[in-house]
Amino acid sequence: MKYTQLTESQVEKMLTTIGASSVESLFRSVPEAIRCNGNLGVPRGVSELELLRDVNALAGNNKHCEALLCFLGGGAYDHFIPTVVDAMAGQSELLTAYTPYQAEASQGILQLFYEFQTMVCQLTGMDVANASLYEGATAAAEAVTMAANIKKRNRMVVAASIHPDTMAVINSYAQERELDIVILPTPNGTVSACDLASMMDDETAGVVVQSPNFFGCVERLDRIIPRVHEHGALAIVSVDPIGCGMLKSPGEFDADIVVGEGQPLGIPLQYGGPYLGLMACRKELLRKMPGRVVGMTHDADGRRGYCLTLQTREQHIKRERATSNICTNQGLLAIRASIYMSAMGKQGLEEVASQCFHKAHYAAEKIAALDGYSLRYDKTFFKEFVIQTTRDVAKIIASCRERGILAGVALSRFDEDWADCFLVAVTEKRTKQEIDLLVDALGAV
Amino acid sequence: MIPDSQKENHPLLFEQGAPGMCAVTLPMLDVPTTDKKTALPAEMLRSTPPALPEIGELDIVRHYKRLSHRCFSVDENFYPLGSCTMKYNPRINERVAAMPGFAHVHPYQLESDVQGILELLYRLRCDLAEIAGLAEVTLQPAAGAHGEMTGLMIIEAYHASRGERRSKVLAPDSAHGTNPASCACCGMSSVSVASMPDGRVDLDDLRRKVDEHTAAMMITNPNTVGVFDDQIVEIAEIVHAHGALLYLDGANMDAILGIARPGDFGVDVMHYNTHKTFSTPHGGGGPGAGPVAVAEHLVNFLPKPQVIQHEDGSFGWDYHRHDSIGIVRSFYGQIGVLVRAYAYIRSIGRDGLRDVAEKAVLNANYLASRLKHRFKIPFPPPFAHEFILVPEFESAGITEHDIAKRLIDYGIHPPTMSWPIHHCLMIEPTETESLATLDRFVEAMLDIADEIENDPSLVKTAPHTMPIKRLDEVAANRNLQVRWQQSS
Repeated sequence: MKYTQLTESQVEKMLTTIGASSVESLFRSVPEAIRCNGNLGVPRGVSELELLRDVNALAGNNKHCEALLCFLGGGAYDHFIPTVVDAMAGQSELLTAYTPYQAEASQGILQLFYEFQTMVCQLTGMDVANASLYEGATAAAEAVTMAANIKKRNRMVVAASIHPDTMAVINSYAQERELDIVILPTPNGTVSACDLASMMDDETAGVVVQSPNFFGCVERLDRIIPRVHEHGALAIVSVDPIGCGMLKSPGEFDADIVVGEGQPLGIPLQYGGPYLGLMACRKELLRKMPGRVVGMTHDADGRRGYCLTLQTREQHIKRERATSNICTNQGLLAIRASIYMSAMGKQGLEEVASQCFHKAHYAAEKIAALDGYSLRYDKTFFKEFVIQTTRDVAKIIASCRERGILAGVALSRFDEDWADCFLVAVTEKRTKQEIDLLVDALGAV
Repeated sequence: MIPDSQKENHPLLFEQGAPGMCAVTLPMLDVPTTDKKTALPAEMLRSTPPALPEIGELDIVRHYKRLSHRCFSVDENFYPLGSCTMKYNPRINERVAAMPGFAHVHPYQLESDVQGILELLYRLRCDLAEIAGLAEVTLQPAAGAHGEMTGLMIIEAYHASRGERRSKVLAPDSAHGTNPASCACCGMSSVSVASMPDGRVDLDDLRRKVDEHTAAMMITNPNTVGVFDDQIVEIAEIVHAHGALLYLDGANMDAILGIARPGDFGVDVMHYNTHKTFSTPHGGGGPGAGPVAVAEHLVNFLPKPQVIQHEDGSFGWDYHRHDSIGIVRSFYGQIGVLVRAYAYIRSIGRDGLRDVAEKAVLNANYLASRLKHRFKIPFPPPFAHEFILVPEFESAGITEHDIAKRLIDYGIHPPTMSWPIHHCLMIEPTETESLATLDRFVEAMLDIADEIENDPSLVKTAPHTMPIKRLDEVAANRNLQVRWQQSS
């Protein structure tokens, strides 16, 4: 296939206009010695029909969550996506637009981002939000950098109960900035405010906690955040946006920066990406926040309009002094999340959160009642929980898989010490009957 | 375009609907309930739900439909935005990415359940390495700037493995802003290398600045003024002679696909922007993907996990890479974007890739040839896939900014403005445009030049056809309103 649209005779006509003898001659500044002359070891092009055969075969070689019962979580969740999200986010005017630098020709996208920022604030209880970062883990890493820049301190305390990928990405970023990352152990599955207090000092720029955390447990932000502020440090909280439908927002506990993985807000699983990095903060910190921000203003006739604002924080203006190197963000995913949040609305999001909670607790109780299975931590979880078992986890996963059930994430993939544990997530999509099937399958291993 | 009847302020979501309204109904809860206050500390529970909008489905549809009409897009408008490669985004790619076997797969499914995705990623990895002329590719980075950061981390790890700590990075003064910003993210300092009047790197300045503290030189080639720097082999030699590495910002790969491979002209590390070169949609600012390709001596430092093919022919993730810089994001990458890039490369193939470069370059040179009689084109031809144009209408009080805004009235998205040199427009037509569209653009530019002579105020106050006039961006910065609030 070709997506170019010039005929041979048009090419000739254009070359005449240019005054060039051949297309080849337009490449004369590329030295002969380094030309590959089209000799690429890439397959020949194919027709659309052949392409479809190829990708159908590849897609068909994947077992997907529409056909299996998905109890997998760990940062990516099988939530229900209303049809209106795909329908409206799929509009090609949104799909094929660029970053809205030209405000007059981009009012639609700008208004969408303004609404997105507002809804992220409503969820998190924060003053301001940006128009997205890449995904949850890099959002947390950016928050760490932001806190260090604001506080001009290099020490950061990070709870061990955050997602292991988030921890790894924070470490990758921090190493580059020469930040000192101190891990706060969470042997009981959640942060102990006393342990935290003992690790704080006046050199600490911030503390990172995730709630609900990687194990699904709700952290006591009411006890944690005051400990952080006692030392003048910033509290960085990573959230599950669905959890915000039911749990008190970090803003109500005086968090300074809130980040999160926005995938649960209407974004398909897509084997891990593209997802959506959320970031919100207190308004005093806005000028230190990375990423694009849309503001409301007015035009020459006084009409309301929107434009990118505070661009002097960004790399295309400030270069090496920018708050981050981020340029391309996750615009279309932010739009998906906006459509999802407006479709679910105030009541719907609370209902989703509530159903996740009840279904997860029902599942946990049933599973923990089985011989050889128990809850690893206490019951203060939201939609996800860790099961500890006396049986072989790999065998459990395989055996459930034979019944078409994705039973959970084996935690051995993150840490050998967790070899007897797996993480089970239950969203609003799972029915009682499906949960009972999981329980039966686990019992039969 | 926007009908006149819709040019009034379009209400925000929050100004629509009514309390109690909700578009989505969930099935009735079918499990016994758990007392929230028993399971969770009461202090942690919300007393009222978040104040999200309360709107019915039809009004939601109309809202997003109307807002979509208030955007320029490649599907509706010519978009000659230099450095951004706003080419056509083939429909088939969207169909492919939406297939349940790609769209609804969880990242923690067993490898045996995702062999199709892994095979696709493996093939893409190999194709991207081949197009780059480099040894191996990581698909993990989320966007170009993220790729730059990943590349610089690899470069640091390489020097560290040789017992060296180098923190200086050279970049031409015409470099993308992300280059120095990425250096800063990696704790490295960027040093600007001068360009000559013809847009190429000043080799004398390069020789003065490169030394044993230099970790790398970051270069864009063809560069941001649209010129392929024919000194590239010499640049690579100078950089390498000091033990430094050559990094290519792949933003302009469109111009050399199938023509020249970066690995063959001395590049050690490069990133791609799939949303530029490989036709994945820009989505109003993302998502992109920023795969990074490296030469043989850097392979061990690539992020992990890496997608591999086992000896038995199956595919999997390799986590056992001891020298790896680690992970730079959660999970494995922007898979949905990479699926589209795969579909694109597979469909156009090796001949199509070369055709892309040829037509992209032909289109740019054609526009430059037609516009040069009326506008100053400061750099010498031949151009790569884009060129710089400097409007000289100061006497009429007209700047590049005004011309850009007037183009909007012609239904054309403005070119990149005022960068990489002052007062310029940077024009990149891309390969997918027809001759008729190119000619329409030329006519629009010539018409605007006439307008400037006859009625400059028409240009000065443009655009006139949009739902709003020029915005007060200074007020937006001074009186920050970055969210809606009940009282506002």
